[in-house]
Amino acid sequence: MTPELGQLALVLAFLLAVAQGTLPLWGAWRGNRALMAVARPAAAGQAVFVTMAFAILAWAFMHFDFSVQYVADNSNLTLPWYYRFAAVWGAHEGSLLLWVLILDVWTVALLFFGTRLPEVFFARVLGVMGLVSVGFLAFLVFTSNPFGRLLPEPPNGADLNPVLQDPGMALHPPVLYMGYVGFSVAFAFSIAALLSGEVEQKWVRWARPWTNAAWGFLTLGIVAGSHWAYHVLGWGGWWFWDPVENASFMPWLAGAALIHAQAITEKRGGLRAWTLLLSIFAFALSLLGTFLVRSGVLTSVHAFASDPRRGVYILIYLVIVVGGSLLLYALRAPKMTASKPFNIVSRETALLIGNLMLISAAAMVMLGTLFPLIGDALHLGRISVGPPYFGLLFPLLMIPVVALMPLGPFLGWGDADRDQITSILIRIGIAAAACALLTAFLTQGTFKAILGVASLTWIGIGVLLYAYKRYRTAPRGRRYPAEMAGMLLAHFGVAVFVAGVLLSESLSVTHDVRLAPGQTKEIAGYSFQFNGVHRVTGPNYRADQGVVTVSRDGSTIAVMHPQKRTYSNEQVQTESAINGGVFRDLYVALGEPMDPKNIEGAWALRLYYKPFVSWIWIGGLFMMCGGFVCAADKRFRIKRIASEVTPAGLVVEPQESAA
Amino acid sequence: MKRLIPFAVFMGLIGLFGFGIWWNTWHDARYVPSPLIDKPAPNFALPKLDAPDETVTKASLLGKPYLLNIFGSWCIACAEEHPVLMADARSLGIPLVGYDYKDDPNDAKRWLADHGNPYDLVIADEPGRTAIDFGVYGAPESFLIDAKGIIRYKHIGPLTPDVIKKELLPRIAAAKREAP
Repeated sequence: MTPELGQLALVLAFLLAVAQGTLPLWGAWRGNRALMAVARPAAAGQAVFVTMAFAILAWAFMHFDFSVQYVADNSNLTLPWYYRFAAVWGAHEGSLLLWVLILDVWTVALLFFGTRLPEVFFARVLGVMGLVSVGFLAFLVFTSNPFGRLLPEPPNGADLNPVLQDPGMALHPPVLYMGYVGFSVAFAFSIAALLSGEVEQKWVRWARPWTNAAWGFLTLGIVAGSHWAYHVLGWGGWWFWDPVENASFMPWLAGAALIHAQAITEKRGGLRAWTLLLSIFAFALSLLGTFLVRSGVLTSVHAFASDPRRGVYILIYLVIVVGGSLLLYALRAPKMTASKPFNIVSRETALLIGNLMLISAAAMVMLGTLFPLIGDALHLGRISVGPPYFGLLFPLLMIPVVALMPLGPFLGWGDADRDQITSILIRIGIAAAACALLTAFLTQGTFKAILGVASLTWIGIGVLLYAYKRYRTAPRGRRYPAEMAGMLLAHFGVAVFVAGVLLSESLSVTHDVRLAPGQTKEIAGYSFQFNGVHRVTGPNYRADQGVVTVSRDGSTIAVMHPQKRTYSNEQVQTESAINGGVFRDLYVALGEPMDPKNIEGAWALRLYYKPFVSWIWIGGLFMMCGGFVCAADKRFRIKRIASEVTPAGLVVEPQESAA
Repeated sequence: MKRLIPFAVFMGLIGLFGFGIWWNTWHDARYVPSPLIDKPAPNFALPKLDAPDETVTKASLLGKPYLLNIFGSWCIACAEEHPVLMADARSLGIPLVGYDYKDDPNDAKRWLADHGNPYDLVIADEPGRTAIDFGVYGAPESFLIDAKGIIRYKHIGPLTPDVIKKELLPRIAAAKREAP
């Protein structure tokens, strides 16, 4: 009986979403306050029913209700409870439900923090959020019901995709969706602004914290996914330019561009149309990601179940939402924007170049991702462009970004103190060159390593110099407003990330070796002793577990346990053993036994020494913190009924505030 | 008009996606051209299934084209393919070599005894090592190897009468023409 209640809750949520998506917009158009007032209760009610549906599905998983098809397909009696909970979003139907639930989380946050927005504007924002929600709820109700029954009830279920049976991967989808769906808020703000016809500067200020927070979540989601690939796929790689990864990376790039464009629009009034367009892009790319992953148009190593009919549905939805928005943009975007004039050497120029590079990178990634499809369409055969394409073009596009990043904060809005810029350039240039020379000496001239250290110093010293300048010149308590602190954190994260990528790529040592029990292999001063493989049993898998003792100069550093797991549906999954550190990771993955009948004999093993690889994720986490800290800035809170013009004094020292 | 550009580009993308969905309903999305096509087959040396002391190598099969069919007694799709091979193996006009993949030899022999043996020769790769050189995804798979030991065609999944008629036979004819 309960699963039917879940379905009923979804239907009710759908009806409320229809009300939320139509009546307030109609009301805002006709000036009818009663209709506009529907927005709030409808949104709240929708959230309640979606949460209910989600809770009922989770409950069915907890109580092994295999009469529900979705539960039977994605869990079994031996699956531990935490993975049964993660199984709620382990396949298509449930992940859509999670999508809607997270959309409602953002909507409720809007209801909570947006109370002081002007009535008409707020009604429009909620209306747009409602329309977004209608599409996904209709998708759930009409094509992808998670509560479908299975008769007769099987005694046991299948299994959750073993890929998801990992703490990092179980949490990856909700966090990633928080990012994806979070861009819907900035999107709703821009659509509301376009609908109202008066694209003023102030809506951008209200939209900024939401963009920053969503981008922070997206960063965390990508970091988690990349770290999962690193320790589960067993190749020691952390990014594969796979379609599913690219799908999350494109909105990230657009989001980064949007964050900086919003800064220009809010502070200087310029680029209004561009900011509007970027808000649409960021959300459109999020939807596109969902489409690419769910429709099966592109094949991927992540191989999720996909279905062309669902692809058609999402495609139609994309046409309506994104096509409609872009059409609205074409009709209503401000023709001329009154921007304060700016000099060629100014923060605006730097941010514009950065924006251009980020969006070009997003377009480049999209082209590469869709290349097999284009190949089919033009009868060139199914060609994929892999890491050689991305690995060449992406760094090239990022060179100007890295080069300008430390200067950005020193450049003033509109104009810059050129003497100061020159002196900063000299200082960070000397520091970078000195560190590069030192690295060249230490690594016998490894180009990537030198470049990595140079970039780290270039950006890092730039960020520190700016922090020091603020410390010296600004009065206590106003030295680091959250907005600026967030910017410094995120930029510092980029420095750490770039260094991590370049250093680990150039200095890693990899060995594929065949080792019999007792044998030892020396890598980069560490000696790996293989102590054989034995069988172990987990809650729902059996595994061949190796024991590798790592020592250096005679003292044991770690005992590592790489596994090769076989889950109950015969799917095999490697679990690498990683001994992590700030300056190096030791990484051991099990290959194949030399003799399949004798697992206690010799094995093929993959041994890695990866210096600085953790900096990749540490850098990512810095960027995430930057997004969140920035979003928390008090300046973005709506202080009063915002139809008033903000007094000039509130815009704190535009010369000095962060981008 | 400039403001319509994003919309126009987007509609172009949508067209591409629509095409992608249409294409995937007609084509196997898992189809990946094997990098081994028109390349020499990897060297191998594998025992005969029914006479493990005798080794069959790539060199010993050179001289005329043959079809290498990867199968296993454990493989359900192979059982589906089997009647097709029983019916059409003779009409191929070239030897059909069975490649018993990751299989217990006794299971394989029993399976062939139960279902019939369409193969002119069966080689056994119990550890599955050689199959990695061939880039085998799973069973069943079929490789057409010409007289010079070059892989001319690869089919992933069960052979059907349709595939044999439309894709395999023309290529066999071509391979035979080139054979000395």
